Amino acid sequence: MVFVALPAVAGEGRTPHPVIEKARAGTQCVEPPEVMRRQHMSFLKHQRDDTVHGGIRGAKHSLKGCVDCHAGEQTGSVARAPGDFCSSCHQYAAVKIDCFECHASKPEKLAQKGAGR
Amino acid sequence: MSRRGFLGMAAAALGGVMLAPGIRLIEVAQAAAPSAGANPAARWGLLIDVNQCAEGCNACVKACNAENGLDPAPTRTSAQWIRIVQVKETKTNRAAQLPVMCQHCAEPPCVDVCPTGASFKRADGIVLVDRHSCIGCRYCMMACPYKARSFVHENLSDQKPDVPRGKGCVESCTLCVHRIDRGERVTACAEACARAGHHAILFGDLNDPDSEIARRVREIGSTALRADLKLRTAVRYLGL
Repeated sequence: MVFVALPAVAGEGRTPHPVIEKARAGTQCVEPPEVMRRQHMSFLKHQRDDTVHGGIRGAKHSLKGCVDCHAGEQTGSVARAPGDFCSSCHQYAAVKIDCFECHASKPEKLAQKGAGR
Repeated sequence: MSRRGFLGMAAAALGGVMLAPGIRLIEVAQAAAPSAGANPAARWGLLIDVNQCAEGCNACVKACNAENGLDPAPTRTSAQWIRIVQVKETKTNRAAQLPVMCQHCAEPPCVDVCPTGASFKRADGIVLVDRHSCIGCRYCMMACPYKARSFVHENLSDQKPDVPRGKGCVESCTLCVHRIDRGERVTACAEACARAGHHAILFGDLNDPDSEIARRVREIGSTALRADLKLRTAVRYLGL
């Protein structure tokens, strides 16, 4: 069993599938996982314009909301290590992720604690 | 009404005591309605009393840097949202200092020159940069008569969740827009100035006749920096 749990890859076949870290316990995603996997970028893009230009905050498709539940146990971030929630899939799909060059990849509390690192 | 919205309302109606099986409190919290957005009736601004601005004090700059995650030990190339400017009247030798930040013009030259529409004015008069469309051309920095904008030259890390900012974009004072959208009615600079005991910076809604800022502007008067440009700034100065 230990052998199965250790490698950072799962699934059969030539290409190892990404291992997606579970969200923080006791949380519920704003959409079903299969919808999120396909559509999260559209949700985020749509809502960002409402927020930046219209000042509408706290709607359900917020990047801060993603980070709050999906920050990794080890790094406290969604995109710091290759195994973190966002990076694991984005690396697999070879899609460069620019969000976290400006946005905090850690939830509010952790971001403050880790400032300056 | 969505299922989530209905559950949220139902929980609110029951005072959060009776939650349906399987519905945890956190879900109800997430279902809170989004904020109403920028209020088109408001005109947020600052009134800066130069006579109260104490020589050598830079509490507002420090508070701004801390609030927005700017460089706490600024170098010559660091982004700077508030500058302390020293002025001197040569005839009378009266010297003073004043903080200068984005003046949140009603007719902002930075918005006029922006080739991508990244520089824009919100419904409540706050002038911002949409970093998603900013290409870093820096035309707005040239156009701004107040030198209020900065360019981010280097990669940043550990930004504040409320204040995303990054390399290759221009930025400036946001009038603490994240606080305004949360319903707070004080900027970090005004708060720090009051805490330092100077009360030189007053934040408020210039369009609300009952607000302290509108009352003082109406009764005591105020001036705009470079009033000759007729940009109708929301940052007003007293005692210049």
